[in-house]
Amino acid sequence: MKVGIVGYGAYIPKWRIKAENIAKVWGQDAQTITNGIGVHEKSVPSLDEDTATIAVEAARNAMKRANGVKPSEISAVYVGSESHPYAVKPTAVTVAEALGLTPYVTAADTEFACKAATAGIQACLGLVKGGYMKYGMSIGADTAQSAPGDALEYTAAAGGAAYIIGGDGVLAEIEGTCSYTQDVPDFWRREGSLYPKHAGRFTGEPAYFEQIVKCSKSLMEKLGTKPSDYTYVVFHMPNGKFPLKAASILGFDTKQVTPSLIVQKIGNTYSGSSLLGLAAVLDRAKPGERVLMTSYGSGAGSDSFSITVTDQIEERRRLAPPVQYYIERKGYLSYSIYAKNRKLFRE
Amino acid sequence: MSATAPPAHWRRMRERYRLLGSRCETCGATFFPTTKVCPKCRRKGKIAQVEFSGRGKVYSYTVIHSAPKMFEQFTPAVVALVQLEEGPMVLSQIVDTDHKELKVGMEVEACFRKLFEQEQSGIISYGFKFRPVNDHWGKYYDNKDI
Repeated sequence: MKVGIVGYGAYIPKWRIKAENIAKVWGQDAQTITNGIGVHEKSVPSLDEDTATIAVEAARNAMKRANGVKPSEISAVYVGSESHPYAVKPTAVTVAEALGLTPYVTAADTEFACKAATAGIQACLGLVKGGYMKYGMSIGADTAQSAPGDALEYTAAAGGAAYIIGGDGVLAEIEGTCSYTQDVPDFWRREGSLYPKHAGRFTGEPAYFEQIVKCSKSLMEKLGTKPSDYTYVVFHMPNGKFPLKAASILGFDTKQVTPSLIVQKIGNTYSGSSLLGLAAVLDRAKPGERVLMTSYGSGAGSDSFSITVTDQIEERRRLAPPVQYYIERKGYLSYSIYAKNRKLFRE
Repeated sequence: MSATAPPAHWRRMRERYRLLGSRCETCGATFFPTTKVCPKCRRKGKIAQVEFSGRGKVYSYTVIHSAPKMFEQFTPAVVALVQLEEGPMVLSQIVDTDHKELKVGMEVEACFRKLFEQEQSGIISYGFKFRPVNDHWGKYYDNKDI
């Protein structure tokens, strides 16, 4: 049985802040920063947007593309995020209720830094392939937190993407998936802390590159594929530089990465990052083209997926707005309004 | 008990999440919020639940500069009467736009937002608000370089 993506949907809040406006506040040189991280501006949620609202918007777009799938046929909803609105009370129940999937549905929030939703996709693949359900949905959404003045403030953004997994009406087949996981102290947030912490020297080599490269290699070895078999490669995008370096280590061309490299314009949407990159690729891919996607979550782990686009893509992607529309739908905020939206002022 | 307490939240949750209203199967009239009786057909009426499309037009609006406590952070906030394409009139905040750009007759669509929070540790109420419609995104698929 062919199993894969039956519907996908993206959502990015309208507001942006430019790196130069953040740099001005902290007395840093904007040019040096943007050259260093390859991010020029990032998305910012409105005061009334959070992970639940972003997840619902993305999921509604996924439903539009999953033409003909009835809400009652979706029997699993997973929401992956590191900014769930409640510490206790699932985001997934609000999403399930807003989409009319309740009550005969399993729902849960997943958490694994930026790769929580690709873990949800793997769970859906298993449930669908095992014959337990017809369709499952996994959504990655975040309103990423960063301490004022921290380096993360230039990239921590908001956005999300939703994927409906099934065996009927597949617009992109998932031929294989595998994971690579280790305990790495690169990035964490303790219970009750408002902002995450990171250990600089662990971020690159032992964390991001180790998991992304080994996981991608392992999947290609299992499937007997090589970088030139893929038209596109999508990686988690903590900044504009890391995905390009990972691609070059693995033997991919820059041209295979750039269509998914949306981080320069919207920042790192955490759990939404690799999934929004994949959505940007699905917005333009031709039938028969292959995509390798590898997510990354701090702590640390990666999930890799090998995907082949089917001939259903062209008709179905037109049923909802593309990622590029959301990237260009924007309005700029000053640092002070940004600080208000992100609740940096506290009583 | 405040309007955002769990019982009040729970009672109105589904209609706020999904813009659910009522339709009289006898005369075709639509209602929001939901109703149990069609005022025209009375006992001959047959009421069914309907999920509205979320598309509508701004019938009238006002800009609020001095808002009640839960909405202070949104000022200047736009609150509008939106006439849904199915007929009912809905009162809602209009988001993702500057109040200076708003016009009577403007096309809007429902989006999913936070409505209010019961202080920092209380329940969060979600539901529909409206934003201006943009139907031009189809053009991105005709441009090969998206």
